[in-house]
Amino acid sequence: MTDDIETRVAEIIAEQAVLEPGDVRMDMTLEDLGIDSLGLVESIFAIEEAFDIQVPFNANEPQNSAFDISSVASIVAAVRQLVAQQHPA
Amino acid sequence: MKRVVITGAGTINALGQDVPSTLSAMAEGRCGIGPINVRDVERLNVRIGGQVTEYDPDEYFNRQQIALYDRFTQFSLLAARQAIGQSGLTFIGDLSMEAGVVLGTAGGGVNTWDENYRTVYEEGKNRVHPFVVPKLMNNAGASHISMEYNLRGPTYTVATACSSSNHAMGQAFHLVRSGASRVMVTGGSEAMLSFGGIKAWEGLRVMSRDACRPFSANRNGMVQGEGAAIFVFEEMEHARARGAEILAEVIGFAMTSDATDIVMPSRKGAAQTIAACLRDARISGDEVGYINAHGTGTSANDKTECAAVADTFGPYADNLMISSTKSMHGHVIGGTGAVELLACIMALKDGIVAPTIGYEEPDPECALDVVPNEAREAKIDVALSNAFAFGGLNAVLALRSA
Repeated sequence: MTDDIETRVAEIIAEQAVLEPGDVRMDMTLEDLGIDSLGLVESIFAIEEAFDIQVPFNANEPQNSAFDISSVASIVAAVRQLVAQQHPA
Repeated sequence: MKRVVITGAGTINALGQDVPSTLSAMAEGRCGIGPINVRDVERLNVRIGGQVTEYDPDEYFNRQQIALYDRFTQFSLLAARQAIGQSGLTFIGDLSMEAGVVLGTAGGGVNTWDENYRTVYEEGKNRVHPFVVPKLMNNAGASHISMEYNLRGPTYTVATACSSSNHAMGQAFHLVRSGASRVMVTGGSEAMLSFGGIKAWEGLRVMSRDACRPFSANRNGMVQGEGAAIFVFEEMEHARARGAEILAEVIGFAMTSDATDIVMPSRKGAAQTIAACLRDARISGDEVGYINAHGTGTSANDKTECAAVADTFGPYADNLMISSTKSMHGHVIGGTGAVELLACIMALKDGIVAPTIGYEEPDPECALDVVPNEAREAKIDVALSNAFAFGGLNAVLALRSA
């Protein structure tokens, strides 16, 4: 499951960045990837669809959102946490 | 007051995906109306329309653009590309700062509304794609043209139902005539042929289930179309100085409101608008050779419009030609006046008057020369384009040959 989440998030982000999933590194920021604000909300939409979760994110105050978007790794960690909360095994 | 000329034209509609193919279809009296292909068509009572077929957005736009462009925006951009390409203009410096876009659309992103209502109401999902709002908003077409071509002047969208694009072009005309801008990109677009878009019209009981036969005694209603037409309106001296080809001159515009009924047309309102347009153009009625009619093929519109033309022109009404090209491309709603302006340009520039096809039986209440079924060659100096919308909003444009 852990690897699945990381792989799937990387795929979603790669699609937005028009890159191959293999080119998305965990330490990259959205800025590094060239993903703008619309690309970010589209990524969050795709993440919600892919994992059937609700992502708490307000584009007006991204820094205060519970969903940490500071890097690909932080997004993966946040998704992992949301999946665990919203779909307890 | 500046003089205003048209230096570029583009279109996509049921008759063709550019101006030459559309005009040759009009000249041949070809019908673009046929069975429609939309989701759940079997639940519709009306199953014909002037649909744009053999159209693949992937041919023109990349995946990210398609995610952001409703069908009406795609049509706007394709028609604008042709029009601006023909004009030969590039928008940099001062010209970029004053040139803008005024477009007409009645419904904007109807397909986007329709698809996302399905998502939340029919499929019961609680989440929609983040681009729903920027995709469906009525000004999306104008804004994307503005972004694509660096047009930073007055840019907005007019929504006055079936007069939308005539109102839009009238306001673009005013902006150039007043000297506020040397160039405006203008016209209209509509993509309402979706299940919801057709179902709504069915409710009014004004739709034909077999054909659009304007002015014919056996007419039985309107037929929806879709598409766009976009033009470049340019200040005449600016166009001449750069040696641009001039397609026609825009010489007058008038707009009025009947202030009577939300759907029924008014003979008096229509007549007053045509007369006001002639005054604005500083011409007399007997200079007009052709009128592109609103001509929806409904019982109410066609007789009211013919009566209004007879009132305005008096005995001279029998000497002019009036045709409805909606019989061929369908009623393009907020984009219709723009598509129909092409027929006016063809009359003025090529000397070919587009016919009213599907004409079968004379109607004594529509006893004008409606150019039945076959195009006609004639030298036309001045043409008018009528639009009389639901809501009682009338908009008439006058063009002169270059």
